[in-house]
Amino acid sequence: MTSDEIGEGTGTGLAGVDPALRREIEALIEARVEAAVEARLGAAVEATSAGQLDAQLVARVHALEGLISDARARLEAVEAKGALEQVSILVFSGDMDRLISAFIIATGAIAMGCEVSMYFTFWGLTGLKKKTVYADKSLPERMLAAMLPGGASSLGTSRMNMLGMGPALFRSLMRKHNVESLPDLIGLAREMGVKMVACQMAMGVMGIRREELIDDLEYGGVVTYLGDAIDSKVTLFI
Amino acid sequence: MPIVRLSQAMRKLTAGDVITILADDPAFRADLEAWVRRFGHTVDSFENPEGRLQRAVVTKNS
Repeated sequence: MTSDEIGEGTGTGLAGVDPALRREIEALIEARVEAAVEARLGAAVEATSAGQLDAQLVARVHALEGLISDARARLEAVEAKGALEQVSILVFSGDMDRLISAFIIATGAIAMGCEVSMYFTFWGLTGLKKKTVYADKSLPERMLAAMLPGGASSLGTSRMNMLGMGPALFRSLMRKHNVESLPDLIGLAREMGVKMVACQMAMGVMGIRREELIDDLEYGGVVTYLGDAIDSKVTLFI
Repeated sequence: MPIVRLSQAMRKLTAGDVITILADDPAFRADLEAWVRRFGHTVDSFENPEGRLQRAVVTKNS
């Protein structure tokens, strides 16, 4: 912007004025206009750059906040898993002595503040039976039902079973030493909150129905067991 | 299984409460020590460690 342009634009009012005064006035106007334009331009530049910067910052802060809350949630999940000490016991055996071991460990683990899950498969299922049902079963299933023990109080021992004399001897010895019987241990384990899962595949193979097993069990498959076992610090196969 | 019974009884207590346990389990002392170590409780006294009936007094810490 030159003084001439301003002069032309504002010229008419100054037509008859002394040229020296006119130049002075024009210079003054020019200075004023330049100052005003500069001030406006400066403010505008400042405003846009500040605005853009603000927007960028807000976006970044948002992204960071997202990351932080994500990280915090993951940390909490990991901490919760770390604090949770889980024990999983896979009970395969249907021997009285082995089951007593399994339940003593399960109740002891609860006393130690652990979460406990027991997964019962094959012969282990016989320890959870409350009755035997023959109706609606195939011949082999019925034969199996007749040969399997009727429940926790009629299991044999892994050694020295001697046609049932062994278990009777063990029961009397355990009573003498104030050790809970297997049915009592099962009741105690449930009362203390041991999670008990029956293997549905083994139930299918052996023809064991849900109504034959004690109430309030959970039912699942190998992945149910592994889901618990993977998160456990102690896993046992009994 | 005195520790199982003790842990059940302990749940009903609050910090600072004292409980007396009578047990005939030969492993009671070892088990009790492992158990209090885990939870930070204190064994105030242990009587008759070699005998059949042992008597322990425990203060709940947490």
